Amino acid sequence: MAQTVFAPWTDPAQKPIIEFRNVTKTFGDFTAIHDLSLNIYEREFFALLGPSGCGKTTMMRMLAGFETATSGDIFLSGKDIGHVPPNQRPVNMMFQSYALFPHLSVWDNIAFGLRRESKDKNFIGDRVEEMLRLTRLTKFARRKPHQISGGQRQRVALARSLAKAPKLLLLDEPLGALDRKLREQTQFELMDIQEKTGTTFVIVTHDQEEAMTVASRIAVMDEGNLVQVATPAEIYEAPNSVYVADFIGDVNIIEGRATQPGTKIGIAWAEGQPPILATPAKSVEAGQSLHFAIRPEKVTIDTERPDRPNTFRGKVIDIAYLGNISTYHVELAGGQMIKAQMVNARRLANRHITWEDEVWVGFTDTAGVVLEE
Amino acid sequence: MRRFSWFNTVSLTLGFTFLYLPMVLLVFYSFNESRLVTVWAGFSTKWYGELLRDQAFLDAAWVTVKVAVFSSTLATILGTMAAYVLVRAGRFHGRTLFSGMIYAPLVMPEVITGLALLLLFIGINLDRGVFTIVLAHTTFAMCYVSVVVSSRLTTFDRSLEEAALDLGCSPFEAFRLVTLPIIAPAVISGWLLAFTLSLDDLVIASFTTGPSATTLPIKIFSAVRLGVSPQINALSTIMIAIVTIGVITASILTKRAAVAQKRDEQAAIRAE
Repeated sequence: MAQTVFAPWTDPAQKPIIEFRNVTKTFGDFTAIHDLSLNIYEREFFALLGPSGCGKTTMMRMLAGFETATSGDIFLSGKDIGHVPPNQRPVNMMFQSYALFPHLSVWDNIAFGLRRESKDKNFIGDRVEEMLRLTRLTKFARRKPHQISGGQRQRVALARSLAKAPKLLLLDEPLGALDRKLREQTQFELMDIQEKTGTTFVIVTHDQEEAMTVASRIAVMDEGNLVQVATPAEIYEAPNSVYVADFIGDVNIIEGRATQPGTKIGIAWAEGQPPILATPAKSVEAGQSLHFAIRPEKVTIDTERPDRPNTFRGKVIDIAYLGNISTYHVELAGGQMIKAQMVNARRLANRHITWEDEVWVGFTDTAGVVLEE
Repeated sequence: MRRFSWFNTVSLTLGFTFLYLPMVLLVFYSFNESRLVTVWAGFSTKWYGELLRDQAFLDAAWVTVKVAVFSSTLATILGTMAAYVLVRAGRFHGRTLFSGMIYAPLVMPEVITGLALLLLFIGINLDRGVFTIVLAHTTFAMCYVSVVVSSRLTTFDRSLEEAALDLGCSPFEAFRLVTLPIIAPAVISGWLLAFTLSLDDLVIASFTTGPSATTLPIKIFSAVRLGVSPQINALSTIMIAIVTIGVITASILTKRAAVAQKRDEQAAIRAE
């Protein structure tokens, strides 16, 4: 059975659930958000990704109602929510510190929001039990927050913010306090819960792997601007700038100048070396200076010259052995360093490339991305 | 291993003698049979009985307790409000001046505070009595409360309040349901501090009292001027006992809470 791909952002008939329209936010002299417009659609798991101070937390706090935009409008389901106080928004937030109420039990923490709007004891009870089941916390309902582990606290915070069935759930670095194993496990739980409840999630994170794992779309931010908004695959495979390419994953960036324009171009990158053959997304002029970005896993390394469109001779300077893969740092002619990543299909003793070896690196003419800048 | 060298032993003895000898003597002579304070004539509890039959002391005790309860409660409310605003309002124009002014009465000589209040009460033609002492005690106890509460509030995680707002609380509900229960220990200790300060204040009370209201410290002070009677010793012993029991109870409660918390945390670690 063919499944329709979830991509409401490609459908012009879809109405966004959240719309930022030319939003600017300044704190004194500092501009946190700069004339930013963005649409987020229903049932999306949307990630705001960027280094600290890029404005992602400010975006989230404006959605929650803790900050008001200096100029521009924010719409939620078509309604301007610019001046609606946080307690009157159908939006809930899961805080980075979890912000669990220490004087209340797990049960009362989850019931807290429900009690503010409903007097019906049975309804509240049922809803809390449902949340406890969803987050596998039934056993801990009577405990206080300081009597449970970090991972359990994180789930209480999630249950509490989901209890009121908000239209939109905001997650502020939700997994930052968990160790790596638990974080990975929780990422899948989050996705599962998001799918089950059908809530729109907006997550703020500085962890690119986390954003790649959970998000339907990622907005990469830098100094109050959106640099690129796209699916994880697009962000990874077709970054629109050196900033995005560099921020997401590992990348080799080679500076050069275009020769022979067309659908396939050459990039002259070093004196006396053959040009890199590449396929630009849009046409470039001859002589234009370019950046060529290629991921290490798309670069192969061999002792003999491989049959690939791009092959260059180099010397192995360093090898980073990571168990499943190894990253080779290869110095090409003219001192240009390039990283090549190989899967360690064979055991260590059987591998034949080592330090100081003369090797060939190779990649296809579509493996890299041509970036103007 | 010797735990104490001779030097340490001497220091310890000297220090504690200096602190507690007067009190030990006072308690000791409160059980004296003789009317003469400095002459031991055998064990007796008769001064305690006489104290309980002395209506003037009982009245003074009642006034003192009333004043202490009302003024410490009022001071706690006002002091908590002041602390909350000063910690939460962020940086506004004149914030340093305001917070400085809150703390200034801490170092103000009591004589001056008392005199200023007396002049005010005369100026607005207010009859002096229990009410004016309550006002005066509230004034100077409030800044102690606000110091205690604001030091708790500065370490209070603000996102707890934001979470309450986010879950549908109005700002006042957020304060009542989240902030206040969490800072309650600080508020209670602020109240206790204000209560004790009011209980043993002599200077400000003497300035602001009228003929109708005599607090225990005023009563003791005026009684002692006519000569120290064993009754006063008995009264002081009772006060020492009350304070000691209070302090011991408070520290036991704190210690138990800490032990319980530690046990719970360890249980949580094992559960992981």
